[in-house]
Amino acid sequence: MAESVAPSNIFKDQGRGAAVGKAGEDWKYKFFSYLLLTMIAFTMIVPFLWMISTSFKPESEILRRYVFPVEPTLDNYSDVINKTDLPLWYKNSFIVAVISTVSVAFFDSLAGFVFAKYNFPGKRPIFIIFLTSLMVPTEMLLIPWFIMSSNPPIGSTWVDTYWGIAFPGVITASGIFLMRQFMQGVPDELLDAGRIDGVSEFGLYWRVAVPLSLPAIGALCIFNFLGNWNAFIWPLIATTRSEMFTLPVGIQQFSSEADTPWNLIMTGASLSVVPLLIVVIIFQRYIIEGIALTGLKG
Amino acid sequence: MTLARKKVVWAYIFLAIPIVFFAYIRVYPALFAFQMSLHDYNPLAAEQPFVGFENYEKLFSELGKRKSQTKSAFQNTINYVLLGVPIQLCLALAISLMLNEIRFMSTLYRIMFFLPFVTSTIAIAWVFRMLYQPRFGLFNVILQLVSLPQQPFLRSTQQALPSVLALVIWQGMGFAIIIFLAGLKQIPRTYYEAAEVDGASRWHTFRYITFPLLNPSIVYLLVLQTISFLRMFAPVIAMTEQGRGGPLDSTVTVVLQTYREAFQSFNMGYASSLTVVLFALILGVTIIQLSVTSRRIN
Repeated sequence: MAESVAPSNIFKDQGRGAAVGKAGEDWKYKFFSYLLLTMIAFTMIVPFLWMISTSFKPESEILRRYVFPVEPTLDNYSDVINKTDLPLWYKNSFIVAVISTVSVAFFDSLAGFVFAKYNFPGKRPIFIIFLTSLMVPTEMLLIPWFIMSSNPPIGSTWVDTYWGIAFPGVITASGIFLMRQFMQGVPDELLDAGRIDGVSEFGLYWRVAVPLSLPAIGALCIFNFLGNWNAFIWPLIATTRSEMFTLPVGIQQFSSEADTPWNLIMTGASLSVVPLLIVVIIFQRYIIEGIALTGLKG
Repeated sequence: MTLARKKVVWAYIFLAIPIVFFAYIRVYPALFAFQMSLHDYNPLAAEQPFVGFENYEKLFSELGKRKSQTKSAFQNTINYVLLGVPIQLCLALAISLMLNEIRFMSTLYRIMFFLPFVTSTIAIAWVFRMLYQPRFGLFNVILQLVSLPQQPFLRSTQQALPSVLALVIWQGMGFAIIIFLAGLKQIPRTYYEAAEVDGASRWHTFRYITFPLLNPSIVYLLVLQTISFLRMFAPVIAMTEQGRGGPLDSTVTVVLQTYREAFQSFNMGYASSLTVVLFALILGVTIIQLSVTSRRIN
């Protein structure tokens, strides 16, 4: 955690490691840096280009070795949209990601607020239990969750329901920890002034702490949405009917149908990846700063 | 009611739902997993008899065999960690050092390196699976262009694991780069200026200034990436025939093996014992990290 550094300063150009060595050497070093970086950046982009280009290829061109389609077509897109459940998978992924993101934004920030600003008996042990749960790998909980979902305390089954897919992620320990760090910066005087003015304790959270923590809550929401959109192993276990699959589960199931319809898989992959990449490019500054500050992993 | 009392009550009201959630969705399933590992737990059977440590005995006898799926799963997972973590971190460090010294286009490079990290693993693993195909896959097309022999990649027991690993390294590198860049920004510029006055070479500057001062980032990433390689699942299921971790178990991982035992063979007791061992491995890595970092503080 980089508590000592103001978030906005991290990616400013100032304070970079100064250039070292003689001027001539430096020029060569920079030249090779650019050359290498460009080559590596190219390898980062090529798979995406290949994916998008294949999604516009007619079936007859898949096995041919052209990079770009000779006769570009939108047939793959209409096939994927009309003949598979992909529109449903899209909707499911979106609903699950929204449910868990809204819930995480509310509960993680509320719990973070309590751990940052309240003193109460049992605070330390409760916080430690929350944190230790981070050390237990999700994989260990999958089987118990599955048993619980088939025979839940409320309702007859959680399998193939939105709640069933979303429940493991509706409150996160890492988010609570992040919000606690951030909300420690909310001035106590402000809260006490609010109490004197008769603001309720929930009002202090909602009208004082939340507005002051919006950047952190925003970062938490973006990570959480990305994480849920891309989540795979639990949605794979929690869904059995194609209508309830999320996008990654649906794309994985493409293969089990015919003998690998590459153009359709690439179309599905493009549809799942490209909109998100656009969002990420728009918000890249916040996302990169957020990851650097918190070390959150998607 | 005094203000202090009122605050305690409100703290517990706010925390009520998170406490119930963590108890029921995190703590209880973790204990349940331990308990299941002591039973012959098959959800389809009428009874789940207690068998003591038999599942663990079976696990270790499988590991002792000359060849078994469980043994392959552990061996491959260790190979993924031992190969993947050093290669990924060395590449990321080299790229970060170059990125740190350039200004022109540095944001563009950073976005390009980081895009794979926010992409759905399943979607991009399918793209790589296509790139690895014989005849029309991009890698074999390139090999042919430079007149090198065609390679089987995912279809060979020797090349499949490195091929899967390449995707994972490629995808996770952006995350390591962001953490390294944040670490590099925190190294005071004056150290480099002093080195320049002393006429230190680029290598010496790296060896005696950058590397030691970057140590916290390196330790942090070592632990995080080790854990994420230990938990590998999605790339293998997406890139291998029928998601089996083939050919001939050459790419299967502990988590994939757990998934197959639990949800395809319904040996949930045995699968739970696998996850308990995985948990022990992750706990071991975390404890080593804690002892290394706390020693540095002292």
